Amino acid sequence: MLPEFFFGYFACAILGLAMLTVTRKNLVHSVLWMLLLFLHIACLYLFLNAEFLAVIQVIVYAGAILVLFLFLVMLLNLREEHEARRFVKAWQGRLAVCILLLTVIVISVYKAAVQPTGGYSITFINEMGHTKVLGTVLFNQYVLPFLMTALVLFVPMVAAIVLAMKERKR
Amino acid sequence: MSELRLLTPEIVLTVCMLGIFLSGLAIRSKGMLGLMTIAAAGVTAYLVPSASGTAFEGMFVADAYSSFFKLLFMLTLFLAVLLAIGSRTIREEYATEYYCLLMLASIGMMFMASANDLIILYVGLELMSLSVYVLTGFQRESRWSNEAAMKYLLLGTFATAILLFGIAMVYVLTGSTSIAAVALYVMTGGNTDPVLGIALLAIIIAFGFKIAAVPFHMWAPDAYQGAPTPVTAFMSVGPKAAAFAAFGRVLVEGFGAAWAEWAPAVTILVVLTVAGGNLLALRQDNVKRMFAYSSVAHAGYMLLGVLAGTIAGMQAVMTYLAIYAFMNMGVFTVMLMLENGEERSAYAGLAKRQPLLAGAMLIFLFSLTGIPPAGGFVGKLQVFLAAVDAGQTVLVVVAVIFSVVSAFYYLRLVGTMFMRESEDSVSCSASKTLLFAVILTAFFVLLLGIFPSLVLVG
Amino acid sequence: MIPLSWYLMLGAGLFVIGMFTFLVRRNIIMMLISLELMLNAVNIMLIATSHYMQDMRGQILAFFVMAGAAAGVAIGLAILIAAFRNRESANMDEFDLLKG
Repeated sequence: MLPEFFFGYFACAILGLAMLTVTRKNLVHSVLWMLLLFLHIACLYLFLNAEFLAVIQVIVYAGAILVLFLFLVMLLNLREEHEARRFVKAWQGRLAVCILLLTVIVISVYKAAVQPTGGYSITFINEMGHTKVLGTVLFNQYVLPFLMTALVLFVPMVAAIVLAMKERKR
Repeated sequence: MSELRLLTPEIVLTVCMLGIFLSGLAIRSKGMLGLMTIAAAGVTAYLVPSASGTAFEGMFVADAYSSFFKLLFMLTLFLAVLLAIGSRTIREEYATEYYCLLMLASIGMMFMASANDLIILYVGLELMSLSVYVLTGFQRESRWSNEAAMKYLLLGTFATAILLFGIAMVYVLTGSTSIAAVALYVMTGGNTDPVLGIALLAIIIAFGFKIAAVPFHMWAPDAYQGAPTPVTAFMSVGPKAAAFAAFGRVLVEGFGAAWAEWAPAVTILVVLTVAGGNLLALRQDNVKRMFAYSSVAHAGYMLLGVLAGTIAGMQAVMTYLAIYAFMNMGVFTVMLMLENGEERSAYAGLAKRQPLLAGAMLIFLFSLTGIPPAGGFVGKLQVFLAAVDAGQTVLVVVAVIFSVVSAFYYLRLVGTMFMRESEDSVSCSASKTLLFAVILTAFFVLLLGIFPSLVLVG
Repeated sequence: MIPLSWYLMLGAGLFVIGMFTFLVRRNIIMMLISLELMLNAVNIMLIATSHYMQDMRGQILAFFVMAGAAAGVAIGLAILIAAFRNRESANMDEFDLLKG
């Protein structure tokens, strides 16, 4: 019963906080609700036995991405949105499409279940430590995408030079 | 270790990219850096392996398919650098960054072509798209460029999120992210699970965005029009080819056995894209925007080859893409050479003022329409034949009809060039590099049209 | 034990909330936020599946998704700053030079 209770709380909190995030008029409030949302998602990861990813979720999302958003909102002084132009005109149609999509997805995944076929059982991860297990897999089997990620992170650096740095004169 | 040999082109290009980034500290000449980039592309193309094999536990695959696309990407990179050298919109001060972003995008595309695992596919796609977003916004003092980059980034990331949703569904379904595992799962008769349906839907929508198929094309005209013309030329060919490479591998190789499940969705995309792209192109006054819609329509013809779901179909798509690379890059080079090349008036009386340029443009436009002996005809013929073989005769008839419609707007431009007198003398770039690029592309469009065996894959 | 489908439905809900916001809101920062929600939804699905399957792939992919999301947001903000130097708005409607 207890797991169901916890899951129920986190599921409701996540969906509710997401709603709050996307409906606020003040962008600062929106970003702060998002902070709470990301922390709840991190707790959910703890629940799923993924401690390392929970920590990364807090550091990357709550630490880096959120600060970036806050920084931009403050820098560009965008606290309040235009009242009149918050939504596109024909939003009812899009709402219908989204609800339909949600129904289709929920019906499709309703019966989804998987078999524990992999070799990383919960006891094994607990014994070894999640960080170590994830690191071993990441640096052996998945080292190629890991190295490619280095290039992916190189692009924003170049982007900042090109787009946001002070004009370069000869 | 020997597995790493298959990755030589990617590794070499990455090292060259970093080398050029560093040498940008000392060298500030756009031409010099451009030559270095061309040399890097040449070396990489030379090193593309002819042997096939897999590396990293089957996640990375080198085969004839990926090698063909890698050569195509290096060709695109080469032409894009030529355009950058000749163009004034790419300023000397930012040349290093420009070439590095082109190379980063090319590395991403090469990984996409070689991806045999959805994780590699995702990271490669991210690398390519992020670089191209920045390239689109490269002209930072231009509002058009800012706006185009923002729209492209928002819709591109949206598409990536949908692709990830699809990957997550595939993972739920098969317990793996490898394309081979997907193929095995589908082959052993798992096509009844509803999760497969939404996985396929998400993947098709995501790639529909990336290849700019109607109704997921809305970013394309804006991004193409707002981006600096050399970037438009690059992104109308390279990323599109990469998306087709990955789309083909996922759909035909991975979900090949579930053809009946995905064929209806792709059929709808083909009809809408071929019709929408051509009809919307008819209405455009701005020439750059018209060619943006025209490249949407061409994606529709190529999708027909994917829809065939056979190896012959994918080979036809590859042939088409090779010819398309030359003709589309050529068109944008001519546009870059003319002052105000986006306006229709710039083309009035071009035949009298610049016979050589008008002649080249004529070849490109004939090729885009699909009139022999220009190369475009061969590409279209191959794709249509493959589709007829796969039993898609009705769709081919539709595509041929809209291909005739496309003649209206292509030939209207020919009419402007040859029939109308120029009101005032529009000046034309004297850059030798651009002229070289135009002559080169026009030559190859004709050559591939007359001797199609040079590029016929298979 | 909570069934996997509960997590998948939670992820689907968050994904559709993000998608709807992306489709109807006109503020660019709001659209970027909604993209983050969509990516987080996918991450929940991946990590949950990974846990139930006792397999590491989903968690690895979630790791790469986080890296990609951070890079994407950084580039988005760089473009937005460049755009702000030329105009003073973050509303999609005022990005109206390109139409059709």
